[in-house]
This record gives sequence, C-alpha cells and structure tokens, in this order.
Amino acid sequence: MIESVVFSLLNGVLYGMLLFMLASGLTLIFGMMGVLNFAHASFYMLGAYCAYSISQVLGFWGALVIAPIIVGLLGALIERVGLRNVHKHGHVAELLFTFGLVYVIDELVILVWGQLPVDYRIPEALDFTLFSLYGSDFPAYRGFILFMAVAMFVAIYLLLVRTRVGMIIRASLSHPDMVGALGHNVPRIFTFVFAFGTGLAGLAGVMAGNYFITEPGMAFAMGPIVFVVVVLGGLGSLGGALVASLIIGLVTTFAVGMNYSIADMLASAGIAFGQDSVLGINLSRFGPMLPYLLMVLILIFRPRGLMGSRES
Amino acid sequence: MSTSNFPGGAIVRHAAVWIAAIVVIIVMPYVFTSSSSVSMMSQMGVFIVFALSYNMLLGEAGMLSFGHAVYFGLGGFLTLHAIRAVNDDVWSFPLELMPLVGGLGGLAFGVIFGSVSTRRAGVTFAMITLGIGAMVEASANMFTNFFGGESGVSGNRVTEVTLLPFSYGPQIEVYYLIGAWTIVAALLMFLLTKTPLGRMANAVRDNPERAQFVGYSTTIARFIQFALSGFFAGIAGGLFAILFEIMTAPNVGLIQSGAVLLMTFIGGLGVFFGPIIGAVLVTYMQIALSGFSEGWILYFGLLFVLMVMYVPNGIAGVIVSHFAPWQAGLAHRFAVPYLLAIVPALLALAGLVTMIEMGYHLSLAYDPSRPIELFGMEITATSVAAWVVAVALFAAGLVALRWVAGRIRQRWGEVNQAMDAQRAKQ
Repeated sequence: MIESVVFSLLNGVLYGMLLFMLASGLTLIFGMMGVLNFAHASFYMLGAYCAYSISQVLGFWGALVIAPIIVGLLGALIERVGLRNVHKHGHVAELLFTFGLVYVIDELVILVWGQLPVDYRIPEALDFTLFSLYGSDFPAYRGFILFMAVAMFVAIYLLLVRTRVGMIIRASLSHPDMVGALGHNVPRIFTFVFAFGTGLAGLAGVMAGNYFITEPGMAFAMGPIVFVVVVLGGLGSLGGALVASLIIGLVTTFAVGMNYSIADMLASAGIAFGQDSVLGINLSRFGPMLPYLLMVLILIFRPRGLMGSRES
Repeated sequence: MSTSNFPGGAIVRHAAVWIAAIVVIIVMPYVFTSSSSVSMMSQMGVFIVFALSYNMLLGEAGMLSFGHAVYFGLGGFLTLHAIRAVNDDVWSFPLELMPLVGGLGGLAFGVIFGSVSTRRAGVTFAMITLGIGAMVEASANMFTNFFGGESGVSGNRVTEVTLLPFSYGPQIEVYYLIGAWTIVAALLMFLLTKTPLGRMANAVRDNPERAQFVGYSTTIARFIQFALSGFFAGIAGGLFAILFEIMTAPNVGLIQSGAVLLMTFIGGLGVFFGPIIGAVLVTYMQIALSGFSEGWILYFGLLFVLMVMYVPNGIAGVIVSHFAPWQAGLAHRFAVPYLLAIVPALLALAGLVTMIEMGYHLSLAYDPSRPIELFGMEITATSVAAWVVAVALFAAGLVALRWVAGRIRQRWGEVNQAMDAQRAKQ
C-alpha cells in the first residue's frame, strides 16, 4: 500500500512538473498579453519533433538548447505576422486565430515528420537508475525533468521580479501607454513575450517528447489539460500554475491507481449498493474527467482561479 | 429606402426567399442524382441546422463556445436510444418526429450546463464550455451503457412506426425528411432573431452594460439563448443519428465542436445565411478534399486562419458588403480589379497546393519517388526543380496579390466616396 502511494506520489509530482513546464509559458503569455494561446500544446509538440531532428545530428544536449530557440523564433514570427494584426479585432479574434493555428501546426507536423511516432530517445548519459525503492527503479531522466522544471520556475520568477526586463514586461501589461511613452516599443515586448512563452513550451516538448512518445497526437492529448492547469491556478499567475500543475498531476495519477468503486467502499462499510449504478463505476474511470470537472467548478465559483489576481 | 414605405414588402421578399429554399431542396436530388451526392446533401442539411444553432451563440449573442457538440452529440445519442427502443417495441414514436427527442435532450442539457456557464461572458465563458465539452467527452468512458464504449451506439432507422407512408430505408426518403427539418428549424431560428429575445441577444453581444441599464438581465438573455441553441443543436444531432444510424463518443467531443465553429466562422457570423454557406461549403470540401488529399485539415486550418486575419466577417460578410455598391449602381467598378486578382490568387494557390501535396507525399507515401498527379500533370516530389517552381509560383502569386489588394482597397475608397456623394445629392 505504502509502496503504491509513494510511487503514485513521485509519478504525480513528475507529471505535475511536466504540466507546469508547459503551463508556465501559457500563463505568462496570457498574463502579459491577455492572449489565451490555444496552440500552446502544438508548440510543445513542435519542440519535441525539432528536438528529435536536431538530436539526430547534434545529440540530445544540442537539441535541448536549439529546439526551444527554434520554436521561440517561430512563435515570434507568428506573433509578428498574424497575431499582431488580429489584435485589433479583440480577444475573441485572437482566440480564434490561435485555435486555427492548432489545425495548421498539427497538420504541418504530419506533413514534415509523417503520421507514425518518431524514435526520439532519452540520452544515454541519463539512461540509468537514480535510485531503487521497494524494488522498483526510479530512472535518472525523471530526476532530470524534475530538476529542469524547478530551475525553470526559479529562473522565470527571478527574471520577472528581479530584473529590469521583467519590470518593463509587467508594466507593459498594466500600463501599456505609459511604457510606450517612456520610449519602450510595447508591440516588440509582446513579440518577445510570445516568443519566450512558446519557447518554454518547446523546452517542455524537448523534455517530455522522449519521456512520453513523440507522435502527432501528443498536442491534442496535452492541450486541454494545460488549459485546465492555467485556469485552475489563475490565469497569469506563475505560482498558481505551479500549484495547479501539482494538484492535477497528483489527482490524475492517484485516480488511475484506484481500482475500486464508491459502491465497493460503501459495501465495506456495510452498505450494500448495486454495482450497476453510477456508484458502481470504477474510480479509475473518473480519472480522465476529474481535471475538467475541477476546471468547470473553479470557473463557476472562483473564476480568477486559485492564485489569480483578476478575472480574465 | 423605398421598401420601408411599403410594409408588406419585407415579408413578401422574405417569403420569396424561403419558398425558393424549399424549391431548391426539393429539386436538388433531381439535379444530383447519384446516391453519394444525395448522402452529401443530407449531411449538408444536418450541418446547416447545427451551424445555425451555433450562430445563435457566437453570431447573435457573441458567446464563443468550444463545446457545442455536447448538445449535438447528446441529442444524437438520445435519438438513437429512442429509435432502438422503438425497434425493440418498448416505445412507440414516429420516426419523423424523432429529432424532437434529440432537440428536447439538447434543450435539457443546455438548461443544465447553460445555467452554470452563461453567468460568465467572454473568454471565461469560452473556457467553461471547453471544460464542459472535455468533461462530457471524457465521461464517455464511464457511462458505457449510454455512449456504447469504443464501438458507439447503432440502431436501425426503419422502425415501421411512421406518420407518412415511407419506410425511410432509402437514402432519398431520409434526404427529404432532413430537408423538411432543415427548413423548419432554419425558419424557427430566423424568426427567433426577430423576437425581443433575439434583439436582446444582439444587445448583450454589442453592449452588455447598456443592456443592463435598459433593465434586462444579460445572464438571463444569454441563458435562454444558450438553452434554445442547445435545442436546435440537439435536433441536428437527431438528424445526424437518423442519417448515419450510429453515434460514437467523438460526436460529443472537441473536434466536432471545432468543426462547427470553423463552418460558422467561414460562412460568416454577422449574417443569418452565413452559417448556411459555411455548412454547405465545408461539408462539400470535407468530402471532396478528403478523397483528393491527405491534407484537407491543413487546407481548412489555413483557410480559417487567413479568414480570421483578413475576412473576419466570413463569406457572407463579403457578399453583404457589396449590396450597397450594387444598389448604388457602382458594383461594376470592382469588375476589373477582381478579375485581376484571380490570376495571382490562382498562381499562389497552385504553388501552395503543390508544396503541401509534395510534402505529404514525401512524408507519407510508401515510395516518395513515385510521381503524384496534380493539375493534370505528373510531378515528382523528390525533384528539386519541382520545389523551386512551386515556391516561385507561390511567391510570385503573393507579391502580385499584394499589389492587386492595394488596387482593390483604392477602388473601395473611390466607390465609398461616390456613394457618399450620391447620398449627399438626395
């Protein structure tokens, strides 16, 4: 029992941190630009595929550096050419634009890399067992993911709060006119923020692509859940994204491990209940649905999320 | 304008349009007689109803929903379960009215989910609908009795309980059933836009604060609009269930919700007949292109993104914007620049299609060096020359198109000035 709890805990935290890597970029873009980037998970997939292609030539470490930069540059290009023009039509038009991007990017990935999963592997340098617990191994690469996610959180936080660049970025959100009057190019700051956010998504793709499988469906598998994370944590809040990522990671991991139903629990308490009713459904089947339920509930009762400062 | 002096005029004109639509629906199977085109036209009818119901939200009330397939899909599932009940002699209900089951189901779920989601507007509302959509799709794993698991639910539409002496086994009979429902549903949705509710939905879209000052609750206006939209989406789902006789979990899912958003937007949000154009065009392209190319989703995505950027009012919006110049007798002044635009547009399109098709061929084909057939030519995707030509075509087309676009913009300016001058004279 303890064994499965400890492993669910570890895997839940790991999944949560992966979600956070993805969600941090999304919440940054929203917080700074007010744009909800529907295509964020598509940039994540691009990161994984770019990493695969680059790692064929330069190895994993080269891919780790270059792939996020490529994805970020692509993000900058899309912001400059598309999003900036759509901006004047309002937030709904921006949402529609990024929604259309999902179709385009996902299909372009198939066009370039094909329909089948690609063989993007964990680097040999990290392909060893970090430690063993209750006879099960904990791979080093998982530790590396955890380390990178924490480093990312600290770096972004320091960048935004402690540096001059971060100060200007935060000011462009709340007082764009004043920042512009002080001589800063606000549209260029937005381009930079979008590039940075999509670059972070690319980095998450580099890290997760070989941990999961790099295939054309990976964006669709991640997209909605990342939305849940940023909404739950509070749109624009980095700390909220961290907390929400961990909650979602743990909730889904634990739910999958639960191989009994509410009716079983009631039965063990002496209350007989039909196994055919809703209560007889195995709890693990609730797992995929729980995050969305949480998201809907939080949007209804606390639309600014756990740690958000304002409503969208 | 002269028509407003003559109160009956508007009604007569509207009636003429609806009668024409009925005639078109009746005549079409005699023009396109093959069973595949009858099937395609039946699908168009289903998606016309679905897209119009979606436009009740996005177009009429400014509510961007990413989960409208929930009401469509659940309505379809309910209809199919009802048909199965009639098949099993558990229940008796004529097939002609079966879409009502879907409609009432869509209405019920619209009331339930609408009561929680319509309290918010804008991006928050969009997020709630996304969440509900994803939740319902994920719940298909739990309620396998209702959703039928992986294989879905299927039934037989020939129930032998009908009002009219048709069996609805043959495709053509189903086509006319769907056609009748399409007309009825479209007419009801059109009339709804003329009611105070429809007007309030517009007001809530355009200026919620002001709507509240007038004394209306924006939440209630949104809620009623949302629930009714769920009703019509459910009817569309019911028609879908009758047409295909099978419903699967993805029918309630995000991809289906995205498809209706695409259709409605491409057709045009601001005009009532916009979604009809969108549904017909997208259904046609979906069926025609998916036989022709692996990349039809990419073409759709590109079309959608370009329209969001440059044509936010959709196809119908473009058409409507030419009404005023037409009435002023100035429409002919667009003829030359529009004809000029066709050549570079076709060039750019040919270049783009060639690049995309060669790309898919390279990554998906078993033997990439085998030539592909495109525009009546054989093109080898592995040859550098083909790529150079395609890129050159695309680039040249784009450059020329930019130039023509400038001319068109200039011409619009002239025409607008001329119309202002005409108005000043009157």
